[in-house]
Amino acid sequence: MSAVATAPRPPVRRRAPDVRRWVTSYVMLAPALVLFGVFVLYPLVGAVRISLTNSSGIGQATFVGLGNYRTLLSDGVFWKAALNTVLLAVVSVPVSVGIGLGLALLLRDRLPGRGLFRALFLAPYVISGVVVAMTGRWIFDENVGIVDRALTGLGLPAPAWQSSAPAAAVSVVLVLLWARTGLVVVLYLSALQGVDGDVLEAAELDGTSPWQRLRFVLWPLMRPTTFFVTVLMVIETFQVFDIVWVMTGGGPAGGTELLVTYAYGQGFSARREGYGSAIGVVVFVVVLVSTVLWWRMQRESEEDA
Amino acid sequence: MSTTGTRPRTSGAPAPAATVPERRRRRSRGRRFVLVAVLALVWVFPLYWMVVTALSPREDLAAGDVGLVPTTLDGGGFHRALVDFPVLQWTANSAAIAVVAVVITVVVDVLAGYVLAKHRFPGRSVVFFLIIATLMIPIQVLLVPQFDLVAQLGWLNSYWAVIIPRSAEAFGVFLARQYFLSMPDELLEAAQLDGAGQLRTLWSVVLPLSRPLVAVLVVMTFMYRWNEFAWPLVALRDPALYTLPVGLSFLQGQYTTDYPALMAGALVSILPVLVLFAVAQRQFVAGIARSGLK
Repeated sequence: MSAVATAPRPPVRRRAPDVRRWVTSYVMLAPALVLFGVFVLYPLVGAVRISLTNSSGIGQATFVGLGNYRTLLSDGVFWKAALNTVLLAVVSVPVSVGIGLGLALLLRDRLPGRGLFRALFLAPYVISGVVVAMTGRWIFDENVGIVDRALTGLGLPAPAWQSSAPAAAVSVVLVLLWARTGLVVVLYLSALQGVDGDVLEAAELDGTSPWQRLRFVLWPLMRPTTFFVTVLMVIETFQVFDIVWVMTGGGPAGGTELLVTYAYGQGFSARREGYGSAIGVVVFVVVLVSTVLWWRMQRESEEDA
Repeated sequence: MSTTGTRPRTSGAPAPAATVPERRRRRSRGRRFVLVAVLALVWVFPLYWMVVTALSPREDLAAGDVGLVPTTLDGGGFHRALVDFPVLQWTANSAAIAVVAVVITVVVDVLAGYVLAKHRFPGRSVVFFLIIATLMIPIQVLLVPQFDLVAQLGWLNSYWAVIIPRSAEAFGVFLARQYFLSMPDELLEAAQLDGAGQLRTLWSVVLPLSRPLVAVLVVMTFMYRWNEFAWPLVALRDPALYTLPVGLSFLQGQYTTDYPALMAGALVSILPVLVLFAVAQRQFVAGIARSGLK
């Protein structure tokens, strides 16, 4: 796309050097190709193979064909984990994008301490999922956690964040928002830097309200960023593991079970490697296919515009 | 910052132009500040609470006795984390892994990103698609076959088990490619007309112009490796080799969790990444912006 045909150049002498240049290209690509091939794609094939067996990690595994995938169809926990994963994406991604864009707009213009604020909102993003989860677990502790103590102090009901499934789910969403929104802010800030100030000023002189400028000027300009951020976060949501595994372990009663925590639990804790792999393969295929479709749709709607 | 640069700065006597819109802007700035400050307080609270917890006596916390502003400070948490628990050992492990990984990954990602952006050769889009597709693989699905592979290579229980399988980072390749796409072809052609080879062009023409990109790659890779959990948890069986996230996760599991020590360890673990980000923040944001992620 960047290969814009430019002004005519003096004809370059071509002495069939192309093959040699291709070799150079592949030599420079070789480290990446070897690493991805050996440590990602080859294990992926291995995972598909394992998913067709009843491997337990110990002893001989038997080939069971699509048996694991058939079991999935009637596994209530799998569907619950799938529903939880989709709900998490549907709830947390738009909220994160909304807050992130809002914060970016607030932080765009001059403001005392702007640099500090930016760093502060980004800070949780750089903290490991394990530490985020431990901190979340501690703050939302239903016995001595500061959140429940504060709520009680205010005379409000104190949710049982660890024993009630809906409360646990809410706490996971809140912690995820805290951990991930900072990146959204940075991405929108860098996109806003590219916005021509004159356009906004012209709109302002035309007597538009700030809301109208956001809705009709900035939002359309931000569309590529919004698209990119959304895709990135949805993919990430399907892979959220550390935070949930350490904070709730998928509990209580599967209330915060996600597809990847279920895959890990089945593969490692329950020693059903074949079944766990089948879940992982399904997640991969679903995410890959929906991303490609989404990308296509986006491109088409952009061409229509 | 760049948005204000275009307006001529008037200092001293109030310029006659500073009229209604200027005043309105100033008032809205006040409101914006209050809003941002309130949100910032919410955002910073968990970090503040980590510090308070790390510095509070264990019994007070267990009794729910620690107020928003603690009255008794206690170094016991840090003492137990650093002396009784091997937090320093884990920190050293994490640092060794992250530093070596950064060096390898930045080289691999820059080479691949550059070739994918600036070379034309058969198979380019297939290679690019395959690399991007790996972003969508949930790591959990790879853990078992990767473990078998690393075991066959004899790397189990070594730093290499954690470093090598992750040292090509798809997101890094993507960032690098986006960054190099924005670099004018003429620049590279000029270097090549001067007789510079591919590697030489990359080294002496492209790289000096890529500091923001390198900053992003260094920061991101360091952060990914430093924070990584699932794979080191599987690949490292020897507690002496645990990285910080793996070690801390086991600390949490112990009988009744020692929250002051846990939070002290957590603070030790987040300090290096926070410092790195603070130092590289400007370059980081510039690199993200230049990579066209907008």
